[in-house]
Amino acid sequence: MSRAWDGAKLAEAIQKSLPDAVVDARGTDIWIAPRSVVEVMRLLRDDPEFRFELLSSVTAVDYISYFEVVYHLTSLTRNATAVVKSKCGIGRDEAKIPSVFDIWRGADLQEREVWDLMGIIFEGHPNHKRIMLWEGFPGHPLRKDFATYEQSIVPESEWRVPTALADELSAENGGAQGS
Amino acid sequence: MTTQVRTEPITVNLGPQHPSTHGVFRMRVTFDGEEIIDVEPIFGYLHRGSEKLAEERTYVQVVTLTDRMDYVGSMLNNQAYMLAVEKLAGVEPSPRGVWLRMIASELQRIASHLVAVGFLIQDLGAWGTPLIYTMREREKILDLFEMLCGARITNSYLRPGGVFMDAPEEFWPAMNAVLDELPPRIDDLDDLLTDNDIIFSRTKGVSVLTPEQMLDASITGPMLRAAGVDWDLRHRDPYDYYDQVKFERPLHTAGDNFARYWVRVQEMRESIKIVRQCEKMIEPGPVRPDHDDVPWLLRPPVGDAYAAIEHSKGELGFYLVSDGSISPYRCHVRAPSLINLTLLREMLVGELLADMFVSFGSVDINMGEVDR
Repeated sequence: MSRAWDGAKLAEAIQKSLPDAVVDARGTDIWIAPRSVVEVMRLLRDDPEFRFELLSSVTAVDYISYFEVVYHLTSLTRNATAVVKSKCGIGRDEAKIPSVFDIWRGADLQEREVWDLMGIIFEGHPNHKRIMLWEGFPGHPLRKDFATYEQSIVPESEWRVPTALADELSAENGGAQGS
Repeated sequence: MTTQVRTEPITVNLGPQHPSTHGVFRMRVTFDGEEIIDVEPIFGYLHRGSEKLAEERTYVQVVTLTDRMDYVGSMLNNQAYMLAVEKLAGVEPSPRGVWLRMIASELQRIASHLVAVGFLIQDLGAWGTPLIYTMREREKILDLFEMLCGARITNSYLRPGGVFMDAPEEFWPAMNAVLDELPPRIDDLDDLLTDNDIIFSRTKGVSVLTPEQMLDASITGPMLRAAGVDWDLRHRDPYDYYDQVKFERPLHTAGDNFARYWVRVQEMRESIKIVRQCEKMIEPGPVRPDHDDVPWLLRPPVGDAYAAIEHSKGELGFYLVSDGSISPYRCHVRAPSLINLTLLREMLVGELLADMFVSFGSVDINMGEVDR
């Protein structure tokens, strides 16, 4: 079985090299400050104690008062996993976090997806573009303030029928009334 | 006397409706003569917002969404999602349900690899014949799924703690008949294709990726094992009852298109072994916990959980966040199809136009999962 790193132990091990990077640790998770993401991740990949060669997943959660970016790391040599989280965009503005693209190439498409759907800016990402939606799409759909239902229902007054078809329909209706 | 012919680079837009792109995938490719000098993948033509839709459905209803992500591996998607739900809600699964879903997911792995191999050969230019051979075998497995749950592609077979109904009595002899027939059919495939000179010359040494490159780019699954990295979650982090079954992990060291093809063919044989062992171990009993223990409207405690399985395409993970209500607060899918495309540019640059779709097919992606 893979060993899941205990949060407190992982925090302690990181604090030996980077004293003020870890903010909090609970269960199997640790929280790090956004400004030290790159340093911590580089340590987690290169230090022989951790050896997290594989960035399993990058994702983000909208907790309304802040955003949380979640990294799941896997170590093949140690057969271990770790969960690293970082709070950013406190108060919903300036949701920014440094990109880990230079550490793991695997962050490329995943960070683009988080930017596209959650609207978190990854500073230093070389190709920081939308991935699923088109450029110019209004808003970021996975945010909690993006209301799917209201936006997908078009009021009847705004129903649009192609002009040619509308003319045809009205002609038909007129004809039916006349006969 | 030789003359140097100068060519202008030409940019071609391939897809999203190109028949060889395995769905709606678009690539902006720049060629110098026949050689590829730049590739830009463009995603999103099949984006349906599954993650957002999941936030408005109950935990059991989300199963139907997972079917439609990788529609060639629905049972495996169901399994990954259920493991995450069980971890989140602390559900203890029923043993018979777990064995049944292991059987289902291994059969699905065979079906998915058959599709991957068949279309790879199709991309090589062997129009039709090998694809029809592999599709014929896949069809038998889909018939088995129909007996299990009434559906062939979008199964929605799994429920928290097991499966929604037991296999009918006729299922077991039918499954054994399919399992008896499969190994000789895979041997046929081996005879026809694996030792074939044309396949050798077209796939060996094409689009080579090193293990270091792939680990850096989070690439998992058969692609990684084709470069000699022994990483299979069924073995290294056994979920369900995979610690009670024995199977080999086929490895190849080349990391090229041929290795990726070869690993998939060998993995089908291992899956057959696993299904046979599961059949021996399965015992009568309930297929899911009682409704008093695991209600239809699950309300997991506040928290989050990540569970990953070895999908036929790589590591498929579900990250669920619960706020204590009947629907997930956040449902993220770690999609192997999308992440395995990270190195598409590195794979294709320097190769020839004719090999482009072979390399692309050897990644084995499914657009439903790439875009979700």
